[in-house]
Amino acid sequence: MAGRVEGKIAFVTGGGSGMGREHALLMAEEGASIIVSDVNEAGGRETVSMINSKGGQGLFINFDVASEAAWQAAVNQAVSTFGRVDILVNNAGILLMKLIQDTTGPELDRMLDVNVKGVFFGCKHILPAMQKAGGGSIINISSIYGVIGASHASAYQASKGAVRILTKSVAVEYAPFNIRCNSIHPGVIRTPMTTDILTTAESTRAILGSTILRRPAEPREVAYPVLFLASSESSYITGAEIMVDGGYTTT
Amino acid sequence: MAGRVEGKIAFVTGGGSGMGREHSLLLAEQGATIVVSDVNEAGGRQTVADINSKGGQGLFIKFDVAKEAEWKSAVDQAMSTFGRVDILVNNAGILIMKNTQDTTGEELDRMLDINVKGVFFGCKHILPAMQKAGGGSIVNISSIAGIIGMKGAAAYQAAKGAVRILTKSVAVEYAPFNIRANSIHPGVIRTPMTQDFLVNEKGERAFLGTTLLRRPAEPREVSYPVLFLASSESSYITGAEIVVDGGYTTM
Repeated sequence: MAGRVEGKIAFVTGGGSGMGREHALLMAEEGASIIVSDVNEAGGRETVSMINSKGGQGLFINFDVASEAAWQAAVNQAVSTFGRVDILVNNAGILLMKLIQDTTGPELDRMLDVNVKGVFFGCKHILPAMQKAGGGSIINISSIYGVIGASHASAYQASKGAVRILTKSVAVEYAPFNIRCNSIHPGVIRTPMTTDILTTAESTRAILGSTILRRPAEPREVAYPVLFLASSESSYITGAEIMVDGGYTTT
Repeated sequence: MAGRVEGKIAFVTGGGSGMGREHSLLLAEQGATIVVSDVNEAGGRQTVADINSKGGQGLFIKFDVAKEAEWKSAVDQAMSTFGRVDILVNNAGILIMKNTQDTTGEELDRMLDINVKGVFFGCKHILPAMQKAGGGSIVNISSIAGIIGMKGAAAYQAAKGAVRILTKSVAVEYAPFNIRANSIHPGVIRTPMTQDFLVNEKGERAFLGTTLLRRPAEPREVSYPVLFLASSESSYITGAEIVVDGGYTTM
């Protein structure tokens, strides 16, 4: 049986660990060739070897999503290797848990560089490749923190709010080119990014907040929604937001 | 390869035509046994025949979702036949295109009876069966008319708005029982319910409004999102809304 993204070329940023790795693995299992990007070389290479060991095809590119020149070179490499790109998962991101008053200018710059400009440049430089391919699907990983208020995450919230609305802008501009663009808003997911804040039952309970399922998710529980949006099964969904938060934002 | 809802028992209301038929067929293709309900006996029986002809298993139950007593006996029949229900798709609905001032009390009653009480009773009477089964997934079909304002659909809008928030209420109350509830918000879909409005290019253009993809969807483009929410691939999604509107509400 053919996979759900059989023969597609998918670009996943931050694919060296956590959710990004899981997105890369699941799409590879479903037939896509994966370009894994990360600044974490060891992690990225391991993701690719996991893909290859299961008979899939992967390519690791080490670059910083915050650098536009690096994005341009990475997309050139991807297109010269695979001929086109059909799917982009802008997953790379950083977290900073600080009050607005305690957030320094350089910290804010770093947050916006990675979480906003990284996504912006990713869309900007992949879009021509998708136009050439006759269409595509972009999935931007925002957060529930891009939707509701939270404490001690002001810079992260600003960045994820930007990703939420930037997604709609791309959806509007590129619908005529058969390119869809949607955002996913994970709640509390068990990843390396959240390891430090999910250490004890008490801290987990605090971070879970109003999550009605009362548990953090495993990365694969976000990878399936990514696969759904990446595949043609979501052909009539664009400019939309999918909350994957165990009901955190429901109440 | 096992289907994505292999061995599950799914109850689909309004399964005799349009989207409901397509949801039934896709869930059956993916391994579920389907209880098809409709007031349209010929259509419902045809859906079951379509399921059976592909090697699936279906049961038609003719009843009016607006009647609580009929829901109760339908669920009893489903339970005595299959032993449990894992998935409920509250899809049955009617459309009335009238301004607030022109809508009669009787028309409003009929709208609320089917589109609101039909969904409410469905949840109410299926929930005990799902609790017995150890969990389940409820997919309520609302509409973009349950989210944004439109002209000439006041009663329909009120009904779909009710479904949108009722879904969250069920999600919150039944999360402890491992039951998820989510709503789907279709935009302009080519079904018997909308065929009168999509008769010509002009009618279609007017109806499409701000749809970015500039076309109505085929029913299957809503069925895949239904399958996604029905399956365990959406295990961390509850109380959420998936907008399937080709970007109608994006701008």
